[in-house]
Amino acid sequence: MSGYPLLSLAIWIPILAGLLTLATGSDRNAPLARMLALAGAVVGCLVTIPLWAGFDLTTPAMQFVELAPWVPRFNINYHLGVDGISMLFVILNSFITIIVVLAGWKVIEQKVAQYNAAFLIMSGLMNGIFTSLDGMLFYVFFEASLIPLYLIIGVWGGPNRVYAAFKFFLYTLAGSLLFLVAQLYLFINSGGSFSILDWHQMPIPMGAQIWIFLAFLIAFAVKVPMWPVHTWLPDAHVEAPTGGSIVLAAIGLKLGAYGFLRFSLPITPDASHELGGLVIALSLIAIVYIGFVALVQDDMKKLVAYSSVAHMGFVTLGFFMFNAMGIEGALVQMISHGFVSGAMFFSIGVMYDRVHSRQIADYGGVVNKMPKFAAFFMLFTMANAGLPATSGFVGEFMVILGAVSYNFWVAFAAATTMIVGAAYSLWMYKRVVLAMSPITTWKRWKTSPVASS
Amino acid sequence: MDMKSLYLLVPMAPLVGAIIAGLFCRIIPRWVAHTATIAGVAIAFITSIVIFKDVMAGNTFNGAVYQWLTSGDYKFEVGFLIDSLTVTMMLVVTSVSLMVHIYTIGYMQEDPGYNRFFSYISLFTFSMLMLVMSNNFMQLFFGWEAVGLVSYLLIGFWYTRPTAIFANMKAFLVNRVGDFGFILGIGLVLAHFGSLDYATVFQKAPEFANVTINIWGSSEWSLMTVTCILLFIGAMGKSAQVPLHVWLPDSMEGPTPISALIHAATMVTAGIFMVARMSPLFELSTTALSFVIVIGSITALFMGFLGIIQNDIKRVVAYSTLSQLGYMTVALGASAYSVAIFHLMTHAFFKALLFLGAGSVIIGMHHDQDIRNMGGLRKYMPITWITSLIGSLALIGTPLFAGFYSKDSIIEAVKFSNIPGSGFAYFAVMAGVFVTAFYSFRMYFLVFHGEERFGKAHDDHGHAAHDAAAHTKSAHDDHAGHGDHDGDHDDEEVSHDHHHGLAPGQKPHESPWVVTLPLVLLAIPSVIIGFIGVGPLVFGDYFKMTIPGTNGIPVIFIDNAAHPAMAEFATHFHGAAAMAMHAFSTAPFWLALSGVALSWFFYMKRPDIPAAIKARFEWLYTVLDNKYYFDKFNEAFFAGGARMLGKGLWKGGDVAVIDGTINGSARLVGWVASAVRCFQTGHIYSYAFTMIIGLVVLMTLWVVRA
Repeated sequence: MSGYPLLSLAIWIPILAGLLTLATGSDRNAPLARMLALAGAVVGCLVTIPLWAGFDLTTPAMQFVELAPWVPRFNINYHLGVDGISMLFVILNSFITIIVVLAGWKVIEQKVAQYNAAFLIMSGLMNGIFTSLDGMLFYVFFEASLIPLYLIIGVWGGPNRVYAAFKFFLYTLAGSLLFLVAQLYLFINSGGSFSILDWHQMPIPMGAQIWIFLAFLIAFAVKVPMWPVHTWLPDAHVEAPTGGSIVLAAIGLKLGAYGFLRFSLPITPDASHELGGLVIALSLIAIVYIGFVALVQDDMKKLVAYSSVAHMGFVTLGFFMFNAMGIEGALVQMISHGFVSGAMFFSIGVMYDRVHSRQIADYGGVVNKMPKFAAFFMLFTMANAGLPATSGFVGEFMVILGAVSYNFWVAFAAATTMIVGAAYSLWMYKRVVLAMSPITTWKRWKTSPVASS
Repeated sequence: MDMKSLYLLVPMAPLVGAIIAGLFCRIIPRWVAHTATIAGVAIAFITSIVIFKDVMAGNTFNGAVYQWLTSGDYKFEVGFLIDSLTVTMMLVVTSVSLMVHIYTIGYMQEDPGYNRFFSYISLFTFSMLMLVMSNNFMQLFFGWEAVGLVSYLLIGFWYTRPTAIFANMKAFLVNRVGDFGFILGIGLVLAHFGSLDYATVFQKAPEFANVTINIWGSSEWSLMTVTCILLFIGAMGKSAQVPLHVWLPDSMEGPTPISALIHAATMVTAGIFMVARMSPLFELSTTALSFVIVIGSITALFMGFLGIIQNDIKRVVAYSTLSQLGYMTVALGASAYSVAIFHLMTHAFFKALLFLGAGSVIIGMHHDQDIRNMGGLRKYMPITWITSLIGSLALIGTPLFAGFYSKDSIIEAVKFSNIPGSGFAYFAVMAGVFVTAFYSFRMYFLVFHGEERFGKAHDDHGHAAHDAAAHTKSAHDDHAGHGDHDGDHDDEEVSHDHHHGLAPGQKPHESPWVVTLPLVLLAIPSVIIGFIGVGPLVFGDYFKMTIPGTNGIPVIFIDNAAHPAMAEFATHFHGAAAMAMHAFSTAPFWLALSGVALSWFFYMKRPDIPAAIKARFEWLYTVLDNKYYFDKFNEAFFAGGARMLGKGLWKGGDVAVIDGTINGSARLVGWVASAVRCFQTGHIYSYAFTMIIGLVVLMTLWVVRA
């Protein structure tokens, strides 16, 4: 294992690169800002590779641990470490950062430095969330990461961006305030420790567990998002620029699920068992109800946003069935969803840049113009529909198999996604990529400068 | 080379061909694409023959080649189970696929998507081989979905046609309904058996014969019944059994070679193969077998009726395929698994022959598919004519032809079956013989004999009002499909002019040798394979070898005490020749003969009679023309219902209730705030006034209490 503080590097390199990018200032230096941002993202991704290569698969303990006092008075520490789960998210996050910098390369022409800086800083903060082993440190990163995304939606977003940004901010903030209260309770009852690992060991009476669990649930359910606190997501996605949607879908939604794994399940195991039925019920509503809602969306981004809610329903479902197959399936689903939904939003962004519409009705026959794109989009669509040999399949397959041994009807409800998920994915693909195009769009195709390049 | 590498070579060779033709489809010339893919499939075919000989020598195999993932105690592996059933399927798949590959050179020669097409059909061959060679449920499911994907890609191959891209989505979604049941069945297997490995599951199966599970309320269900019915629902999707059959006729929108390969010979038989593979499970539930036999007999009979009124040459063959798949399913339900596989095999050859023959006719007719515009083609296309006649004779069960042995065996097995539903099934398969003969020879006579109706102006074939309407509609659709070919496309484009047909005075011509050679090569097994196969496959020891890895469970397991049909049937078998001789004195032969005779009388002698019947039984014709209203019901109830439900949940749930509550509470906060704001006027005098009032109130309270 190398002696470098790899986790700190993974957090602070993107943030420093972001600040540097910000320092380039006005749009006159836009090319420099882009290059700096890309360099920061690439270096930030490279330093995570030793995490993968040097990871010791034989131990469940935290690895690459860094520990330094931060606020000694309250026993708050700068305490970092990864296990097999968080390591994957650090890598995923650092990789996605490169993608979003590239996704905005040509499209973002205003406030270029600020745009890229926001993404890089957010990337560092996200890595902070995934590696924190101190509750307060986690909370700081958790809250701080809201700000860049809030700005990305609010500044570079669509026409209704202010409403969407506020909705996004208020929802998540409201959830995390209860999370803070729960943390303070744990701090006091653990005899003054903010260490998440200490909390894992601490016995808590059932009554208190229930309350802590509910506080965690509200905080994380908003982030996942679970039904019925999901309505901020479609609005946020629709208004966000492509890069914002990619980060939100690929990483943002994972924070909630990661919170369940790091806090709810190990700290309040009894309450998790006790109230697991509630989470499963909400997850199934997300899968079935949201699936049907996704089917009738006219806006491509809304459709994929809703399908994200349904897919994340599989994650929470898998966690709370308490069998190995379900939990592993949920983990695979998280990673897979990160790539697939990111790819879906990217693809929609590619089309939006050319036609400047997200309405399905404005498209058709894209395959005639962009056959290679159509092939890739087909791949992502099939992954979104969970076809075997795509990553989308593995998670769903394992969660459904796990669900059968938990309860047949839970599996039955979850398996409806086989039909509904295929229906909304393929129907969109048919209308957008295959079917004949309306004449208005063709005109736009021809006049758009990007299409001819 | 050891056998394990040979097993691996069989699916990998077509995959390599598919990758070469697919990844480089824009760079490589056509001959590279077809040479690479044909070589891949030919290697697979030859290797399959080698493996077949090895299996016949008694060398079976069951093992993993790659461990995919472990979860807790569960292991998911990629592995092969090589026994007589597998190797039979391998031979059928690779040989038909090879024929179709060669045929495609001729059929697709004018198509700009030539290389892409070859890539797809080779990819299909790979997927199908993975499916049949699997030794576990996970890989089975992988192959199952992969063939579904390729089918989706190929039905929508001509993606500028609106009908094609509707049909491929429909096919995928209907199959997904089947897969929904299938994955739950697999889930039950894993939950109770603790493994997805065939051998382990089959070994443990008898212990679970009487296990019940609590599915709904307090009622107890037999585990095996629920599992088998769920697995069979998967088979209903893939093998197009009522009511999940609706996708197959529409799949004819794809190019004809894949109709032959995927939608007749191989993919649609995956469900039949799967149930036969699972015979140690299905044998434990008579209820499930009853379900199977009833669904099969409904499909066999009622889909046959629909074949009678179709005018599109491919659709007639498609409904015939549905009906024959119903026959296979009936055989499964009667515990005659070996007969089902036997019929699968003979059907693969003669149905591929019929489809490719139909394709040859379509080439000759310049892509006119309406049999009312044909007639007398035997003069112009002699090879196609003879081979199609052979195919039709095999299909209707003419003694000594392949279809006779397999179909007659099904009828006999059903006769001896005693499970609930077998009485209805016996009626259905008997009546089906007549119907099959009638529609097959209706098509044969209309295409190859009688008056030459081609090359005329196209305004004379609207016999009935809605016929004309239907044709105009399809012509219109087609026109719309070609309407957008403006602009500067750099992509390959469909240059086929479908439904254009022959110009006045133009004559049809025989197809090139790459088309007729596969016809001849398929005609041979369509004649002889029944005579050769019936003894060993159905009654011999071919399927009695032990599944490797199990404790003596045969490849096809029959619980003779519970389901004695096959055992009893076997006592009546005295060789293939005797079976054919005996046939002349049995009902099926005379039913088939009268079907042929009636179609000759109706369509050659007195063409006015069918028209009169149609006019007299208008309501019946309408029901058949609407395919029993399955499509309309699905469109209105399931598709429309899902959209309505989605709209309701979205507008009612998300927008009105959830966002309404949130925005409402935000407004409430705003309202309270504005009320409070009234007190914060910013005027010093009002603050001073408030302070004085407060002071007075406090002082009053203090005074009063003191």
